[in-house]
Amino acid sequence: MIHFIARRLLAAVPTLLAVLTLVFIIVRIVPGDPALVILGDQATPEAAAALRTRLGLDRSLWAQYFSFIGDALQGDFGVSMVTGRSIMAEVGAVLPHTIDLTLAAMVFGVAVGVPVGIWAALHRNGVIDVMARLISLIGLSFPVFVSGIFLLLAFALHWRIFPVIGSANLDDYGDRLHKLILPAIALGLVMAAYITRVTRSAMLQALSEDYIRTARAKGVPWRRVVWVHGLRNASIPIVTVVGLYVGILLGNSVLTEIVFNRPGLGKIIVGALNQRDYTMLQGLMVIYCFLIVVVNLVTDLLYGVLDPRVKSA
Amino acid sequence: MSEIILAAPPPAWKRALAKARSNPTTAAGALICLIIIVSAVFAPWLAPYDPTEQDIMNRLQAPGGEFLLGTDQFGRDILSRLMWGGRISLTVSLGAIAAAMVIGGVIGMVSGYIGGRFDLFVMQVMDVLLSFPSLILGLIVVALLGPELVNLVVAIALTAIAPFARVARAPTMALKERAFVEAGRALGFSHVRILFGHILPNILSEVMVMGTLWLATAVRVEASLSFIGLGVKPPTPTWGGMTRDGFENILDAPWLAVFPGIAILLLVLGLNMVGDGLRDATDPKLRNE
Repeated sequence: MIHFIARRLLAAVPTLLAVLTLVFIIVRIVPGDPALVILGDQATPEAAAALRTRLGLDRSLWAQYFSFIGDALQGDFGVSMVTGRSIMAEVGAVLPHTIDLTLAAMVFGVAVGVPVGIWAALHRNGVIDVMARLISLIGLSFPVFVSGIFLLLAFALHWRIFPVIGSANLDDYGDRLHKLILPAIALGLVMAAYITRVTRSAMLQALSEDYIRTARAKGVPWRRVVWVHGLRNASIPIVTVVGLYVGILLGNSVLTEIVFNRPGLGKIIVGALNQRDYTMLQGLMVIYCFLIVVVNLVTDLLYGVLDPRVKSA
Repeated sequence: MSEIILAAPPPAWKRALAKARSNPTTAAGALICLIIIVSAVFAPWLAPYDPTEQDIMNRLQAPGGEFLLGTDQFGRDILSRLMWGGRISLTVSLGAIAAAMVIGGVIGMVSGYIGGRFDLFVMQVMDVLLSFPSLILGLIVVALLGPELVNLVVAIALTAIAPFARVARAPTMALKERAFVEAGRALGFSHVRILFGHILPNILSEVMVMGTLWLATAVRVEASLSFIGLGVKPPTPTWGGMTRDGFENILDAPWLAVFPGIAILLLVLGLNMVGDGLRDATDPKLRNE
């Protein structure tokens, strides 16, 4: 197992380096002088030159590149061009909100999608199956800001069950959960729909295998056959989708945070875009990609746990 | 190899289309798409009002009556704006997916055909592109290039290139070992002729089916970018932008956000229904279901 983990960790290194390089290139090829963007068009050339020096933009591209990579690998993304505060500190302050939201949406997606998918597979082509397929098709067509607005209109403005504004006190767990429910459902809806579909087809596949017939012939209770023998073997595609979907959840969390007015990475990124805060954008892109690389790594490791054959592959 | 197939297998496209047409879900999806496309294309003639004309006397009218879907805070007719907004959604997503299909498809085919280290390198680059959340990548590219129609197309296309490269690569790798390709090579055909004359027709249906499904994603991403404020600039109506404007007036006039939201939902749903039907019809594993 340790060997397997080490191999996966090593494989993630070139990806991370490539991501860092790509981020560096994307941010540099942008038209416009960041110093002039920050200071405005009326800035004197001296002031602009001074700011460029302070931001390190007067150095050669190679020098900027290597110091960027070196710092990033140490977890240092520099300071925001606009506020002058450390990027890690600004991101760190709101990251728990975004992680709360993403995890809650993931839990919602799995908690709804897996049982519904199994249920649909067990009633293949019956009424339940057709309904589940239709509802999941509608669910996965919802743009997250539309589902968010609909939920907000229904449960916060009409019935007033949940609050309209989602900024929670991080130390009060009850409050945190209460303000998390609507945004998490809005964000997790599409994921629940996808997981329903994948679970259904993976279960249909698993339940048609010989070992299921063997288990039933041996007299294993049906419930146990489905939830243990069937689900265990259907779990690889489900885990794959969950892993792939976390990236989409992170992206969509930006929209959810806007609709529910929650603090988080989304608010920072929209602010940084409006102010052309290059260093902040650079840092955020790396942090997003880092999160995704970590998720992929965890997914890979889970494969090893779920299916011992993967480890020796 | 025991059997030798000299002719390329017949394109499954027509057969799949006939099969998809007999599926009620697909037909319903096609109908939804058709209605939206017709109302967008013919908006200049069909729309009851000018989508940008302000009418302060009739601001925030509720749906029903003179204005079927109501008016916004400037007194503009929502139905007319929706019809015109559909043009932006459709243009951007069709443009982006066509570009991604061509660029990604060619990258995938060439990479799979050449194989070896070149293939490894190209796929590594595609993996890196895939490791950006697509909305974040689109957001940053549009913000950096400026919110204009062409830039939206570029940004959305960029997020979709890698998946198309992947879907074109896998069958190319299998097909290049087939006898009809070998026969072409023996006859002295150029690589370009083999790739585009003999391999392309065989992978086209797979790429097209994926195109329909990605069209739905492209509509969603365009709407999301407009909602964030990175869409085509006002006063040009866009569905995402209208949802955003409506969201800001949600207490006084909830329909302002609801109608464009439903429009986006319907178009994405319609495209998903059509894409699903086409995929089921072309997927050999599902053919017997």
